[in-house]
Amino acid sequence: MYTVSNRLKIGAIILMVVGALGIVSGFLSAPSTVAEAKEMVASHGDGHGDGHGETVVDEGHGSYTEEGGHAMTEAEHDEHVFHQLQNKPWAALYVGAFFFFMIALGALAFYAIQRAAQAGWSPLLFRVMEGITSYIVPGGIIVFVILVLSVMHMNHLFVWMDADVVAHDALLQGKAGYLNPTFFLIRAAIFLAGWIGYREYSRKLSLAQDDSNDDSNFKMNFRISAAFLVFYLISESIMSWDWIMSVDPHWFSTLFGWYVFASMFVSGITVIAMVTIYLKSKGHLEQVNDSHIHDLAKFMFGISIFWTYLWFSQFMLIWYANIPEEVTYYVTRIEDYNLPFFAMVAMNFLFPVLLLMNSDYKRINWFVIMAGIVILAGHYMDIFNMIMPSTVGKQWHIGIPEIGAVLFFAGLFVFWIFRALASAPLQPTRNPFIEESKHFHY
Amino acid sequence: MASHYEAPIRKPLVTGDKGYHDVTVDIAAPVEGRADKQWWIVFSIALAAFLWGVGCIIYTISTGIGTWGLNKTVNWAWDITNFVWWVGIGHAGTLISAVLLLFRQKWRMAINRSAEAMTIFSVIQAGLFPIIHMGRPWLAYWVLPIPNQFGSLWVNFNSPLLWDVFAISTYLSVSLVFWWTGLLPDFAMIRDRAVLPFQKKIYSLLSFGWSGRAKDWQRFEEVSLVLAGLATPLVLSVHTIVSFDFATSVIPGWHTTIFPPYFVAGAIFSGFAMVNTLLIIMRKVCHLEDYITVQHIELMNIVIMITGSIVGCAYITELFMAWYSGVEYEQYAFLNRATGPYWWAYWAMMTCNVFSPQFMWFKKLRTSIMFSFFISIVVNIGMWFERFVIIVTSLHRDYLPSSWTMFSPTYVDIGIFIGTIGFFFVLFLLYARTFPVIAQAEVKSILKSSGERYKKLRDAGQPLYQIDKSNKPAVKEAVVETAEEAEAPKEEVKKDASELLASIGTFDASKDTADDLKLVKGIGPKMEETLNQIGIFTFAQVSKMTGKEYDMLDALTGAFPGRAQRDDWAGQAQKLNNK
Repeated sequence: MYTVSNRLKIGAIILMVVGALGIVSGFLSAPSTVAEAKEMVASHGDGHGDGHGETVVDEGHGSYTEEGGHAMTEAEHDEHVFHQLQNKPWAALYVGAFFFFMIALGALAFYAIQRAAQAGWSPLLFRVMEGITSYIVPGGIIVFVILVLSVMHMNHLFVWMDADVVAHDALLQGKAGYLNPTFFLIRAAIFLAGWIGYREYSRKLSLAQDDSNDDSNFKMNFRISAAFLVFYLISESIMSWDWIMSVDPHWFSTLFGWYVFASMFVSGITVIAMVTIYLKSKGHLEQVNDSHIHDLAKFMFGISIFWTYLWFSQFMLIWYANIPEEVTYYVTRIEDYNLPFFAMVAMNFLFPVLLLMNSDYKRINWFVIMAGIVILAGHYMDIFNMIMPSTVGKQWHIGIPEIGAVLFFAGLFVFWIFRALASAPLQPTRNPFIEESKHFHY
Repeated sequence: MASHYEAPIRKPLVTGDKGYHDVTVDIAAPVEGRADKQWWIVFSIALAAFLWGVGCIIYTISTGIGTWGLNKTVNWAWDITNFVWWVGIGHAGTLISAVLLLFRQKWRMAINRSAEAMTIFSVIQAGLFPIIHMGRPWLAYWVLPIPNQFGSLWVNFNSPLLWDVFAISTYLSVSLVFWWTGLLPDFAMIRDRAVLPFQKKIYSLLSFGWSGRAKDWQRFEEVSLVLAGLATPLVLSVHTIVSFDFATSVIPGWHTTIFPPYFVAGAIFSGFAMVNTLLIIMRKVCHLEDYITVQHIELMNIVIMITGSIVGCAYITELFMAWYSGVEYEQYAFLNRATGPYWWAYWAMMTCNVFSPQFMWFKKLRTSIMFSFFISIVVNIGMWFERFVIIVTSLHRDYLPSSWTMFSPTYVDIGIFIGTIGFFFVLFLLYARTFPVIAQAEVKSILKSSGERYKKLRDAGQPLYQIDKSNKPAVKEAVVETAEEAEAPKEEVKKDASELLASIGTFDASKDTADDLKLVKGIGPKMEETLNQIGIFTFAQVSKMTGKEYDMLDALTGAFPGRAQRDDWAGQAQKLNNK
């Protein structure tokens, strides 16, 4: 039985405390009046290149500017910047919260696929996956709370929740049947209930299988995993439209749901590999060999390419067709987020491809960890690029609130998943495929 | 490959009591035997359809594209529909051979050869359409970026149609190389068994001098993995680029970002349906039920169910996003699809592609061979309609209501389509008679871990291989066959033969004619000689054999204990006798 070392526990708690301080300082330093906001931008200098002080003509970026469709006066612009700066700590919190939740959800999809496909190589890793997916409970609840706070107008992450904005926007009125606070929260609640419900039930069956004397738990788990994947296919897409795409409620892309899926899937697999390697380095999971790590690294490699494929498909089609209401999404990102946008593609595509191309490197544990860190940072940036342009516009910055949120949720994540890992033996004993997994070599 | 260990709950992938030699014999049988009447009938039908198609193509080229049903509004219809349909069908072959190889799915071994053949033959059909549509196919090389010795020509690299040229020709080449690499050891097997010098010559040319040394095998495995790695992105890229043909445009109903992965999923979906259609027939006709088992069909049905659901998810996403976008033209395009004059095509597509695969959730249905065959046909039809719906319903009502119109195919449109189906089956039927239709070398590599015989031996705690000490110091089955048959003790034969002949009937050279006993699977030229020495010349005699007679025969020949019974000589002879 695995016990969490004190060092890890203390490390996680320190992360959470430092992170919480960062989050709090982010909220405290947010401006409370337009004048303050103006001062902040002025003192900040024209760090992002172009002048903020002059009268700004509608550049077709961000959600606020589009709605009016008119040139903004200086006062309006100041007001706009004020809202963006007020959003900033919230957006930072939301990106961090969603990112770590997404890792757990991606790992859950991977786990369900392993079960439904009756894979023979992976059962030794089931407990690791179950540990990671345990975070879906606190992570999901935190994201849900942030969404509830948005609905309560504590922040302006989702501009369509503002009745004033909708009243002046014919497009948003057309979408109100779907994009309205009540239905939005109902959907979120249903999805979270489904994901948490499957995770908990599957975990229960997985543990029960070890103590039973037949395969009924295993078979049940197989069945519910297949059914869950259908639910997941639908709910994941809708979740991504709701929680991410609707921060920019005018923009739409049919591929968006699958694109977000690729991001969470590769992040989930990466964390599975990293946790496995950590546990192995502490002398646990003796039966897990380099071939298992090799396979996980192959998935990191393959799904990174798959992510790039979807990223490219979405980008290329929108860029090529150049339809104004679509292309604004990428115009904003390339103009205002140039570095994070392209750096993210390099981190999520070039690095994994180059680092993990060689078959021998996929078996070197520390190497997989290094590649994993790049991949995770890249996918954090991916989520950052999805949320920030529509919530804070040009006022983005990776500073104390953003890093604070990452540290806090990283601490919570580590604390929670290792606690779950310590709650049951790390190796399943009566899974019918466990022998195959032990014998697995490539 | 991974270790030979396999969890006991996994079902066998080779059923029946099959050893290594049985695999060889069973898979060589269709190549070594003669085509029966059914084969000729089906082949003639396919050939007739093909010839009709050739006629229609000649008429199109000599007269012009005006012979098709195209009009000013719907200027792309059956040609591109058929093109996408055929390219899509090809995808399953690459998926099975490359992606399932990377995922170490052992069940691919029984179906990959035919699936890859299907890929190549269907890509050939697909390639015909753009070439015919050019109007002047003798200038087809203009699609290649050839420097302008040929005049001031340069291809438009901005056009996804040009990307198609590169994608599909790469795809065809890689698939062909992959297919042929896998075929080498199997061609060599047929070469080594060939009796006639002409066949030996042909198959030794085809097998590129495969020698079966360890070095050959090592290179074989290496190149297979490299090609699988190359072919996997190809699976995605080909249909992605086909989808770009539509999605890069700004036509409502065509321009949508989900197209690339959704086209790929749809392609795999239709490809597996076609594999199911072909293999359900082939396993029956070529007696390969022990290799292409119900388990294989079930797994293919599951793939059909998964990809069908993904496609369904994409349909619904498109529909929802059309509404959500708030763009009136998008909204109308989808409303028109579902409720306009082509509603029947849309609902045919929905029924065939989204609803029908959901039956596969029920184990009873997905393990029923008849039902699987039926669904596979339904899916093939549905996927044709999908392309038709995407292409024609998006075009037939454009921004100018005065030019709204409908499309109706002419007999030439129909003729060319039927012709490609005929051409496809001509190629496939020829393949089924001349190629080893199952990758026997690969099947042998999983026989110990997944064959029923070895699974049973393992369960019984018996060794997987035993040297039969009661016989001569035999080492290998194959050696036993030749050695023992040659030395069959001739005097003894006479002595006991009368007893055996008493129960199965004697042969009277004046009244009866001798049959070619070699047609019975398991009887080679040597064995036929032995049987003739005993006094067995006709199918009628063989068909009367039962367990008792088999034992007597074994005692007489001493060659192959249990062999006759395992191959069911009597049953086979019964069939041959009735012909």
